[in-house]
Amino acid sequence: MSRLHKWFGLLVMAGSVLAACAPTAAISAAQSDGATGGEDSGLPSQLIVYSGRSEELVGPIIQQFAEATGIDVQVRYGSTAEIAAALLEEGENSPADIFYAQDPGGLGAIEDAGLLASLPAEILGKIDPNFSSSEGKWVGITARVRVVVYNTNALTSDELPLDLNGFTDPAWNGRLGIAPTNSSFLTMITAMRTLWGENETHAWLEGIMENHPVFYENNTAIVAAVGAGEVDAGLVNHYYLYRFLAEEGEGFPARNYYMTSGGPGSLVMVSGAGVLTNGQNQANAERFLEFMLSTVAQQYFASQTFEYPLVDGVVISNLLTPLSELKPPEISMGALADLEETTTLLQDVGMLP
Amino acid sequence: MPSLRALILLWIPASIAAAAVLVPIFYLFLRAFSNTASLWEVVLRPANLEILGSTAWLGIGVTLLSMMIALPLAWLTVRTDLPLRKLWLLITPLPLVIPSYVGAYLFASALGPRGLLQGWLEGVFGVTRLPSLYGFPGALLVLTLLNYPLMQIGLQAALRRLDPSLEEASHSLGYGPWQTFWRVIFPQLLPSMTMGSILILLYVLRDFGAVSVMRYTTFTRAIYIQYQSLFDRSSAAALAILIVLLSLFLVIVVGKTRGRSRYYIGNKSTKPPDRKKLGRWRWPALFFCLATVILALIIPAGVLLYWLIRGLGAGESLAGLWQPSLNSVITSAVAATFALLAALTVAILDVRKPGRLSRLIERTTYIAYALPGIVIALALVFFGSNYLPFIYQTFPMLVFAYVILFLPQAVGPLRNSLLQIHPNMEEAARGLGKRPLAVFRRVTLPLMRPGMAAAFSLVFLTAMKELPATLILAPTGFKTLATSVWSAVSEAFFARAAAPALLLILASSFSLALVHWQDEVQR
Repeated sequence: MSRLHKWFGLLVMAGSVLAACAPTAAISAAQSDGATGGEDSGLPSQLIVYSGRSEELVGPIIQQFAEATGIDVQVRYGSTAEIAAALLEEGENSPADIFYAQDPGGLGAIEDAGLLASLPAEILGKIDPNFSSSEGKWVGITARVRVVVYNTNALTSDELPLDLNGFTDPAWNGRLGIAPTNSSFLTMITAMRTLWGENETHAWLEGIMENHPVFYENNTAIVAAVGAGEVDAGLVNHYYLYRFLAEEGEGFPARNYYMTSGGPGSLVMVSGAGVLTNGQNQANAERFLEFMLSTVAQQYFASQTFEYPLVDGVVISNLLTPLSELKPPEISMGALADLEETTTLLQDVGMLP
Repeated sequence: MPSLRALILLWIPASIAAAAVLVPIFYLFLRAFSNTASLWEVVLRPANLEILGSTAWLGIGVTLLSMMIALPLAWLTVRTDLPLRKLWLLITPLPLVIPSYVGAYLFASALGPRGLLQGWLEGVFGVTRLPSLYGFPGALLVLTLLNYPLMQIGLQAALRRLDPSLEEASHSLGYGPWQTFWRVIFPQLLPSMTMGSILILLYVLRDFGAVSVMRYTTFTRAIYIQYQSLFDRSSAAALAILIVLLSLFLVIVVGKTRGRSRYYIGNKSTKPPDRKKLGRWRWPALFFCLATVILALIIPAGVLLYWLIRGLGAGESLAGLWQPSLNSVITSAVAATFALLAALTVAILDVRKPGRLSRLIERTTYIAYALPGIVIALALVFFGSNYLPFIYQTFPMLVFAYVILFLPQAVGPLRNSLLQIHPNMEEAARGLGKRPLAVFRRVTLPLMRPGMAAAFSLVFLTAMKELPATLILAPTGFKTLATSVWSAVSEAFFARAAAPALLLILASSFSLALVHWQDEVQR
């Protein structure tokens, strides 16, 4: 029966691990209290970032910010939707100082809840006002462009339509991949409603549905499917392709096609960030935004994540077509934050359950 | 009136466990009724009927298919002389640690219309396209292959404690092995089959990863769409209440059918059950195990290995994975321990102190199990950040979340193992003057060991892959293997995802081996 003690031993061991961890957590909580006090005395201290952008994308540059300023930066990563929902639940008791989001939709939800502070004019003035909230409560940091990714074995770029309307042609039956649950796609449809009007958007969606598009979960899945030849083309954001090219090599049979006609098919969308009203480290939070809009950080995004910088004087990757050649539609990001009516529209035509 | 000892050791902890499970339910009502207009609109949507249908079909399909895999696997690995038995025992439950989203993605890249398998078939047979995997078939395949261990592990525990004298009696009455299995062994396995079925049914309700990659709409996918595209928490909560009602219905119906039938072990059953000689049946048996392992483990692990090798060639580094591995194993082990302790009180009350209240407590532990992880995480965010700021986003909070998320996986096997132990044995020990606690420690607990190992393994393996609660509730900057995999896969950095995903499988198999070893050593 003494062997039973081994089981208890195991339990006790696990229990003591918990006991060992709990004090550590308490200590770090205590430290964070101390650090908060530190800011009053003017010392660089702490910054808590809630990031809806993946660590793979923004981790290195946040690290660089921490090293340059000596600020202890703590980052919580998740998807933009999950982080936004958590921020809404935390409300005024959120420990976060910064919300860094993948898309305007997430920022708009937090802005509407009154949780974002107004940003100083110096920060907002660094970029085109179209790329920030119209209330001045969040600021764009990088941009990505809607493109068509196509399989280079199946077709050449001159077989692709000049604008999105071309995909309602019966020739595209069963050949197009889209991601209706993805927020970038929803944002593009919202832009379409603004630019084309409700009726024309509705007609376009029905035209696409008649062509039996293949639905995917997100941009990554579409690029993978196009590369594999499951579908011939897909509507995505521009930068996913470059990760596949980096992983699979130049032989990966997919390339981007920019719709240079200037419609919603070449929409420019931003990732952005805002400062939480109830954060304990407002000054550090503003420094963070300034840093993200500095040439150093913008150059990082341009060369490492293949995104478009939003400030002038940054060299973009030679793989990308410059924004100046794209004629993207002039549209305010603030106008794209509300996705509710778009969702209803997509439910009407059967794109969303 | 229960004695003071029973009150402190059983009733109070079990009630706390049940109350903890009710926290997310309470939150859902709070959220859903904060916007009553949209509540009725969402609940009464005609589309819900369709979603109910598709959810139900998937749940039934996955449960039946899992049964067809889990029952033979459990029997072969515990009760036969299957070649390499211990190896199969160790690796067949491992698919349970593969995160659903990643698993679905791996299956899609391997078995999709133009996936790796098609590429190979094209080279050999000139097949240019496989039938589409997306929709029901893909969701069914992925959810079955990743979740059959939810039933298998419980069945293995039950098989280990079967009374060999019943089988001997059956043989002496002239029944052959086949009749003995269906007439004697199978009825004894029913409680575990029912428990496994309910766990799988409820799990299908809560899964998001597989149904989203396979684009099959269940209630959970509909809930995520509310969060993702609308940031609408009250509509999401209204849909989640539908899940709670559905699982309440399932738990009540299954509770009625499983009844209180007990299959006691005889008093002489101290020797372990013997192992059947498979003879020439061992070849089909081996083929079955191998086919399952190839489909459920080698295919996903193979794709990962392919990514890893390609990534290492491209200069990807393996540094920085030690801490996430340690975090994963420690958090899961601690959570499994606490879930085990909490579940023990619930199971003992339900089996040894039958009554309305103890039954209510046991049933309650199941009703939040079908909720998507994000809902439970958000409920704890709400209560934690607003009312318990001192433990919010700390390690104990994360463990607490895991216990709520996985409690029924521990209650089930423990309850079943208690049902196999005749109260006579405890009464006899008490008659010899032992005190109840000593009786429990020296008589009951040793007999429950297979059930405890099963409960621990089930919670441990699923906690290893947990994602939404870990992302939102862990201490800031706390990485686990599952969050590392997710962070890379979600942005298409496959090479970077491969190493933590393989480590997830490896670390789990070591931990599982430890549990098996503990269990075997004590026989």
